[in-house]
Amino acid sequence: MSSILNQNTLESEAIYIFREVVAQFENPVLLFSGGKDSITLVRLAQKAFYPAKIPFPLMHIDTGHNFPETIEFRDRLVEELGLNLIVRKVQDDIDSGVSIEEKGRYSSRNSLQTNTLLSAIEEYKFDACIGGARRDEEKARAKERIFSVRNDFGEWDEKNQRPEVFDMLNGRIDMGQNVRVFPISNWTELDVWSYIDAEKIEIPSIYFAHEREIFERDGLIWTASEHVYKDDHEITEMKTVRFRTVGDITCTAAVESGADTVEKIIKEIRESAISERGARIDDKRSEAAMETRKQQGYF
Amino acid sequence: MEVLKIATAGSVDDGKSTLIGRLLYDTKSLTSDKLEAIDRVSKKNGLDYLDFSLATDGLVAEREQGITIDVAHIYFSTPKKSYIIADTPGHIEYTRNMVTGASTSQASIILIDARKGVIEQTYRHFFINNLLRVKEVIVAINKMDLVNYSEDVFNNIITEFDELRSKSDFQDQKLTFIPVSALWGENIAEKSTAMSWYQGQTILEHLEDLKAEDFTEESQARFSVQTVIRPKTEEFHDYRGYAGKINGNSLRVGDDVTVLPSLTTSKIKDIHFFEETFDEAPAGSSVTISLADDINVARGDMLVKTKEVPVETKVVDAMVCWMDNRPLVPSQKYVLQHNTNGVLAKIDKVESHVDSNFGAEENVTSLSLNDIGSVKIKLSKPIYADSYNTNRTNGRFILVDTQTNTTAGVGFIK
Repeated sequence: MSSILNQNTLESEAIYIFREVVAQFENPVLLFSGGKDSITLVRLAQKAFYPAKIPFPLMHIDTGHNFPETIEFRDRLVEELGLNLIVRKVQDDIDSGVSIEEKGRYSSRNSLQTNTLLSAIEEYKFDACIGGARRDEEKARAKERIFSVRNDFGEWDEKNQRPEVFDMLNGRIDMGQNVRVFPISNWTELDVWSYIDAEKIEIPSIYFAHEREIFERDGLIWTASEHVYKDDHEITEMKTVRFRTVGDITCTAAVESGADTVEKIIKEIRESAISERGARIDDKRSEAAMETRKQQGYF
Repeated sequence: MEVLKIATAGSVDDGKSTLIGRLLYDTKSLTSDKLEAIDRVSKKNGLDYLDFSLATDGLVAEREQGITIDVAHIYFSTPKKSYIIADTPGHIEYTRNMVTGASTSQASIILIDARKGVIEQTYRHFFINNLLRVKEVIVAINKMDLVNYSEDVFNNIITEFDELRSKSDFQDQKLTFIPVSALWGENIAEKSTAMSWYQGQTILEHLEDLKAEDFTEESQARFSVQTVIRPKTEEFHDYRGYAGKINGNSLRVGDDVTVLPSLTTSKIKDIHFFEETFDEAPAGSSVTISLADDINVARGDMLVKTKEVPVETKVVDAMVCWMDNRPLVPSQKYVLQHNTNGVLAKIDKVESHVDSNFGAEENVTSLSLNDIGSVKIKLSKPIYADSYNTNRTNGRFILVDTQTNTTAGVGFIK
């Protein structure tokens, strides 16, 4: 009997990118947040190198303001796949005075991640950092290359990017530079969910509808947590919600939803009138919030 | 789901971003938060309509100046297909960016302003689509509302375009002309009532009817090894697999293969994709192949069917599109990256420039940024290449500047 591989273009592309990373760089790392995109990356990396193990470590830049469910999930995944996990904490940089905590109603450690990330890159001499950013997420990310060169300061020079023709990826860099690599650049939110569904990939429980103590501000649903600033007049209540994107607890708003299976989530996204990052408080700071952060070394 | 990649090309103010924005809007791909942002900025800019170009321009400088600087990738889907549009700028460094955008695309949309007709830049857009062998080209004649939806204007532009086409050496290319008004959404997703004389498809209808197999290249299989997989675990103690992407045509277990450049031969023992093995894998798939014999294979090597070995060459004649500020000049050295194999290369001679009217200018010695020309390149080691016309993946290369590391040019082997 003859069996013919039924290939998936986006998956094949991503696997090809992973293999180029390992072939072209000495010291790559996968930036792992515990969100669905980085979990998808882990599955793709498994496929790229099977039957060998994933040949690079995972790194989590930990703001300390996590959803506990994400951290439990992270540790279990690493254990099951026998991966090497590096954790670098924003708290350590705050304690040592490298980073200064933001103040006020909208304070978040999201942008402090950049400092911690850049010093970890220096410490480990990573030359390639693989991330789960997608071009459809946000307008500055739509301009991103698959291999995106950053200078010594982690800066993105968006007006002078290397041409990227066909599938030919040029990872040649000078000492001290590094490359951010985005294997799922061409995937949309729906592509990621369809893949999670088809591959039966496990994801943290906060993506599914659950009861949570929340409060509303600026039309967004905020999680009640010791890490999230709340005015006295802001009243909390219990609601059935889920998270569509998972970042730091201080910058990720929930959406009201009853979707408790991947199938229902896909249906919900298809019918949704709001974009995925519409619930990202970090993007609401200005029209160019993402572009500015990226120039400074954010991923 | 099926994915179709499209490049767009147009001059400044041809309404390219508006057309893309309109496609997004008409396919309900713009979410309410994005629409609100477009509405807000449109009003701020004093417009009484939604400026859909705001949906695509990503960088601050682009929004401020109302121009597109870099290639942006835009995604939308219909129940039938997923679409990826490479939105390429019409002016600044347009050749470089157009080549970049078109290189990953299966189809292309060239915009023409109905008031201006075929202009110098249209030549260039068409020429690049020919050079890259883009099979499916839609010529969208935009701003029909500003020429009273005149059928004569539309037909005159087709005549002008046909003249340009007669000079092309790529006769397999399919051209489709569609009269549109991107601003008012006419013939984008919905049929125009103002142009009842036009009986053809809308842009979206046309895109929906294109099939992936229309773009599949029928050529010989080429498998460039990206990396060697050696698990060294108990279960896979002696396993040695070659990881790469199959291009050109499918490969099967049992195929007699030759390893290049060593010319050693073997048979395909198995084709792995993650935990499964397959008898056959199609072009485009990223797989891991192991061979029946224990021979030396490394990154940069290529597996081909033994009956289909491409020619060995140490001198490459190619059309080169230059993408760097530092010009290409004879005796300059680069790394020529051909698939996963990089060899040192020296520019022997710049033979001619081509202009977009398919003419050639001789007596030139260099290529500057955005120039396209015919170049002879000497290699330190031979490569096994095809001509771009017969095998797209094995007939192209990039030139990497060894001093700045940048991708300085892209070449199409003759």
